[in-house]
Amino acid sequence: MKDFSYVRATSAEAASQAALQAGAAILAGGTTLLDLAKCGVAAPETVIDITHLPGLSDIIVSADAATIGALARMSEVADHPSIKAAFPAVSESLSLAASAQLRNMATIGGNLLQRTRCPYFRDPGTFPACNKRAPGSGCSALGGVTRNHAVLGTSEHCLATNPGDLAVALVAFDATVSFAGKTVLVEDFYRLPGDTPDKETVLGRGEIITGIAIPASAAAKNSIYLKVRDRQSYEFAAASAAVGFELEADGKTVKDIRVALGGVATKPWRARAVEQALIGKTLSAGTVEKASRLAMEGAVAQGDNAYKIELAPRVVVRAIQQLALKTAMKTGGLA
Amino acid sequence: MTRTIHLNLDINGRAHALDVEPRVTLLDALRDHLQMTGTKKGCDQGQCGACTCHVDGRRVLSCLTLAAQVEGRQVNTIEGIAGEDGTLHAVQAAFLEHDAFQCGYCTPGQIMSAVACIREGHAGSDAEIREYMSGNLCRCGAYNSIVAAVREAAEAVNTPVRETAEVA
Repeated sequence: MKDFSYVRATSAEAASQAALQAGAAILAGGTTLLDLAKCGVAAPETVIDITHLPGLSDIIVSADAATIGALARMSEVADHPSIKAAFPAVSESLSLAASAQLRNMATIGGNLLQRTRCPYFRDPGTFPACNKRAPGSGCSALGGVTRNHAVLGTSEHCLATNPGDLAVALVAFDATVSFAGKTVLVEDFYRLPGDTPDKETVLGRGEIITGIAIPASAAAKNSIYLKVRDRQSYEFAAASAAVGFELEADGKTVKDIRVALGGVATKPWRARAVEQALIGKTLSAGTVEKASRLAMEGAVAQGDNAYKIELAPRVVVRAIQQLALKTAMKTGGLA
Repeated sequence: MTRTIHLNLDINGRAHALDVEPRVTLLDALRDHLQMTGTKKGCDQGQCGACTCHVDGRRVLSCLTLAAQVEGRQVNTIEGIAGEDGTLHAVQAAFLEHDAFQCGYCTPGQIMSAVACIREGHAGSDAEIREYMSGNLCRCGAYNSIVAAVREAAEAVNTPVRETAEVA
């Protein structure tokens, strides 16, 4: 890790101002920045520590929405009783991510900005070519080992998977992120790689995330996050799904349903085609299976990751089934 | 040009002054500058848990924490968890009782993680212990004994004992 200067920010405005300098990087939980500095991917000249700023860690849940400060820790949000009650998929996406230690460190703002786990991106010494790290240098993943690379939203310049779990749940429930006086949907916060994979979000230089807001809804309250991975815990998703639904008064017809996918795409992926195919239907096995396959519309396999095209729809099916079972038990539909 | 910064750190309730480069992690500050080598360096990139310490009572990875970040915070390490008179912490005693290690390298991190895991209320069943201790790897594979030790320590520490949902 190259040496840098350390600055402890005294206000959000001062941090933004300092972050405008070339080579400056914002430090929150440190779990991404310091990791990448050790890998040689990040080489900040100045690190601006914002973790001591007051007023950015509040978690407030009202009847309309949850608002969460950018410096709230993953563990605090995951274990918050009102988040668990009104947004179970959000809580679960956090609990199933990383490890207990990392969840105590990583902040919500930083979580949204975590970088891909693409091994070519993370190893500049061995793989100089990476369009995300060094624009125009090429993509070492193309033709390489691609088991964990994306099948959706890729371009000829980048296949790197967005590794987030929380962002998947946020995208499913129309959450917004606020920074520099702006508020945008989390879905629109992330960019597709296209021919500029180095630009991952719409966050500008010197702009700092201040918080997120998740609108309350019946679907968010009746939701689940299912994560399938190569080991049982402490692993990124091979495929994951955030699902929530609301049924009509008849207890079986779908009034509203949200489906978003993780581990398979270059950004947190809302599967609107699946949602549209299920609204107004009952969640019978055949209907759900057929609709879930729509999640892979436009998917492109790159060698080793072809399994994701099979796996992801099955994860959606299982998430819907598990949630349907939970819903039925809660409402007494199953004796 | 080497820049150094002066830090005053509160570690195990004692003040320590040191001059370090800004990039020095809490882990390296403990081991190389303060000669507190109980905290272990395993992967040094946040994947193994050997460097687990507590900052303001929360378990964190000292390899991904800058020493500068914890000025003004309370740091606790493995050196500080036994009693003043040398009486072992319940978790330390349980690890001995259950032989919850082989080579012992991951043990300080396992114990610091377990102390926090129990305090968080995440040691209610074997399944929950496995999930909430998953950030601590043991290459010797002493996991079964580690789970048994954490369960016993949780039962000793928690009064009244939490209702446990045992997984057969």
